[in-house]
Amino acid sequence: MTESDEEEERLYDVLVVGGGNAALCAAIAACRGGASVLVLEAAPKFYRGGNTRHTRNMRCAHDTATDTLTGPYTEDEFWTDLHQVTGGQTDEDLARHMIAESKEMLGWIAEQGVRFQPSLGGTLSLGRTNSFFLGGGRAMLNALYRTGEKLGVEVRYESELVGIDIRDGMFLAARVKRGDRTTKIRAKTFVAAAGGFEANIEWLKQYWGDTADNFLIRGTPYNRGTVLKMLLDAGAHPVGDPTQCHAVAIDARAPKFDGGIITRLDCVVFGIVVNKHAQRFYDEGEDFWPKRYAVWGRLVAAQPDQIAYILFDKNASTLFMPSLFPAIEAPTIGELAAKLGLDAAALEKTVRDFNASVRPGTFDPTMLDDCRTHALEPPKSHWARALETPPYFAYPVRPGITFTYLGTKVDRNARILMQDGKPSSNMFAAGEIMAGNVLGKGYAAGIGMTIGSVFGRIAGREAAKRANN
Amino acid sequence: MRTTEPATPALAEADRLMTVCNSCRYCEGLCAVFPAMEMRRSFTDGDLRYFANLCHGCGACYDDCQFAPPHEFDVNVPKVLAQLRAESYAHYAWPRATSRLFERNGLTVALAASLSVAVFVAGFAAWTDPSVLFGVHTGPGAFYRLMPHNTMVAIFGGVFLYAILALAMGLRAFWREGKGADVAAHAVAAHDAARLRYLDGGGAGCSDSDGPAPDRRRPFHHLTFYGFLLCLAATSVATLYHYLLGREAPYPWYDLPVLLGTAGGIGLLVGPIGLLREKAKRAAATRVPQLRGMEAAFIAMLFLTSLTGLALLALRETAAMGLLLAAHLGVVFGLFLTLPYGKFVHGLYRYAALARYAQERKAGRSADG
Ligand SMILES: Cc1cc2nc3c(=O)[nH]c(=O)nc-3n(C[C@H](O)[C@H](O)[C@H](O)COP(=O)(O)OP(=O)(O)OC[C@H]3O[C@@H](n4cnc5c(N)ncnc54)[C@H](O)[C@@H]3O)c2cc1C
Ligand code: SF4
Ligand code: SF4
Repeated sequence: MTESDEEEERLYDVLVVGGGNAALCAAIAACRGGASVLVLEAAPKFYRGGNTRHTRNMRCAHDTATDTLTGPYTEDEFWTDLHQVTGGQTDEDLARHMIAESKEMLGWIAEQGVRFQPSLGGTLSLGRTNSFFLGGGRAMLNALYRTGEKLGVEVRYESELVGIDIRDGMFLAARVKRGDRTTKIRAKTFVAAAGGFEANIEWLKQYWGDTADNFLIRGTPYNRGTVLKMLLDAGAHPVGDPTQCHAVAIDARAPKFDGGIITRLDCVVFGIVVNKHAQRFYDEGEDFWPKRYAVWGRLVAAQPDQIAYILFDKNASTLFMPSLFPAIEAPTIGELAAKLGLDAAALEKTVRDFNASVRPGTFDPTMLDDCRTHALEPPKSHWARALETPPYFAYPVRPGITFTYLGTKVDRNARILMQDGKPSSNMFAAGEIMAGNVLGKGYAAGIGMTIGSVFGRIAGREAAKRANN
Repeated sequence: MRTTEPATPALAEADRLMTVCNSCRYCEGLCAVFPAMEMRRSFTDGDLRYFANLCHGCGACYDDCQFAPPHEFDVNVPKVLAQLRAESYAHYAWPRATSRLFERNGLTVALAASLSVAVFVAGFAAWTDPSVLFGVHTGPGAFYRLMPHNTMVAIFGGVFLYAILALAMGLRAFWREGKGADVAAHAVAAHDAARLRYLDGGGAGCSDSDGPAPDRRRPFHHLTFYGFLLCLAATSVATLYHYLLGREAPYPWYDLPVLLGTAGGIGLLVGPIGLLREKAKRAAATRVPQLRGMEAAFIAMLFLTSLTGLALLALRETAAMGLLLAAHLGVVFGLFLTLPYGKFVHGLYRYAALARYAQERKAGRSADG
């Protein structure tokens, strides 16, 4: 702590840092638990709630269909899905605890004023497992803020946490920067819900090298991992591989930050994907798109200059959800190559070879069909159709980072574990900042919000209990 | 894909926004605009005008949008659709040239028309017999001592028929951009329109400066709309009385035309004021200042129609009756003359848009527009 910092009089029961789903669930739960709560959000009011602003759904277990969910999704099934997408890299005890708690979450979130709707057009495959927010993530957040403020939660925007005073694993005070003033705020307990470090390119470069310069950040520019770093430096136990993250291939023309959902592309399975040398590099039809969506970010990141191009022809042009930027279009593959700045001869050969290897089959996007390539490396296992009906289209894609998995280790009470394995007496974490406990790698749609809501609520409840003691 | 460029800047901006929204779809559950948009991959100018008329500016999609300004994508659907909606009224108006006149000077034109007719009625009476205008007249036929019933019918029947014709022509222009609707679709639309089903942005309430609050436009809109219908009913019943029963106005206070007219008149006093007040409270970011003139003109004309009508009712047995009748008739004339060019048409086009929407839903249409 710097001597010159002004110290605020008030001692809060719970100080929550962050302004997204995890933070607000914690704040509301703490307030309902009888605690005085201050929320610090680094972003200005419009940008409050970082990545939560961009979400559309959450995945919760439920035993019966509801008016917005088409069928039951049991705890066991949820666990099987999670186990599968993470390849077993998850803390089973914690994950099962989260899944069990997720059941109550649907009702609890609705009680806070959030409303659900049936799955959105184009996302039917999630209609049974995922609950969609009416009006999307920002509507959800607005409801949480309204409820929180009604309950008496104090929220300060443009208030960035720049330092924490921690002694022997115990939180004492926080340094908060607002404009050019820095003040010291004391609280009995601390909830870290400030997101991952996905928007901190310099930090990403420590693991990815200069490759990270070509990453696009899909969500908020405010999740720079400063709080995560402070906690790790103060002796919190890290969890997760720092290179693991949710990353998808998004339109290369998207803005560097905050382009959100509308730059995503769902057409990989209907075409072929080539790198800057006009070479294919992965099986585009390996599995249903929602199951493969999140592998393409890493695949493109591994290509030269982290750029790739999805190509398809007229037959495929209306099979997927539209996206923000128009596809680049040309009457021949050669002309398309010229527009993309690719070697025309190389691209023509790649397409020719691909077309020649396509076996006849019955094309059906609703199942793993029998349209596949023969003797082609890499193969295309399903939905393989020759690109032969002009015009031809292309989308340039780059890795789009959604959020990082490196975090602080927590226990079932969302309490931060210190390097000696002991839980901190008054520090909690929820959301992206501890996602790595559950997500060692991989992703299942909607689980980011589950992690935030479930652990946020637990953190708030436990922090209030601790403060009232 | 689109084959022509959008014809106006508002259309171009609406086209851009609908492309953004169609890639996002988070607002799908808020109102009919988004599901209608999702049935297409690209939009014609007619599609965009149709969306604009499906929107009633509740503002919910603005509050909920992660790309609203100051975000660089600058998504403000309510504002852009409001601009386009106003533009569409002019686009569909018949005859096209007339609509220009009303675009900027709606109230002035309406008032000028009212005043000239009021002066004409008063002048007519004074010219035939000066003592009539300021005399006290009571009993059946009292009104017609100022101006013979047939002359009145010729003037007001004329302007009424003109309004109907112009409105029908506008509706036809709207209809031609779509694919029509069958009876069932009309039934759904009528039901949705009568309840103002989509007014509240999915139920969270409309957007005002403090975020979603209970929607207070609905009761005032109902007062205005049903007030207008009651007044129309009063006039229709009176016409039937006149021609079928041979009973002449004015009627005693307990008689149907007066009861209907009074109830409607009160609705038309309270409704418009409430609407103007609620509108003023709406989030500034989603409002289009230039449009307020047009809205104010229609609301003011409704208000004046009712005010002069009720005043006439209250003072019909005094010497003021002559001038009040002239004023009331003038305002009614002005109202009808300007109906096809003002805010009134929003009801028609909204209804037609809802019918088209009901039809499209039924057809499960997913054409590549
Ligand atoms: C485009 C997109 C779509 C997504 N869709 C979904 C979806 O449909 N379902 C799903 O489950 N997940 C989705 N996710 C992932 C989801 O957004 C996150 O998992 C979730 O929102 C994380 O919530 P959080 O509260 O932990 O973090 P955030 O919501 O990101 O909140 C973190 C907050 O901390 C603040 N902050 C950071 N540093 C500081 C500091 N030093 N001081 C003060 N405040 C600070 C930030 O400003 C930010 O508001 C999506 C992500 C993106 C980018
Ligand atoms: S208004 Fe915004 S949140 Fe709603 S659909 Fe459009 S882009 Fe998405
Ligand atoms: S303002 Fe309301 S009615 Fe208009 S598009 Fe948005 S949500 Fe729909």
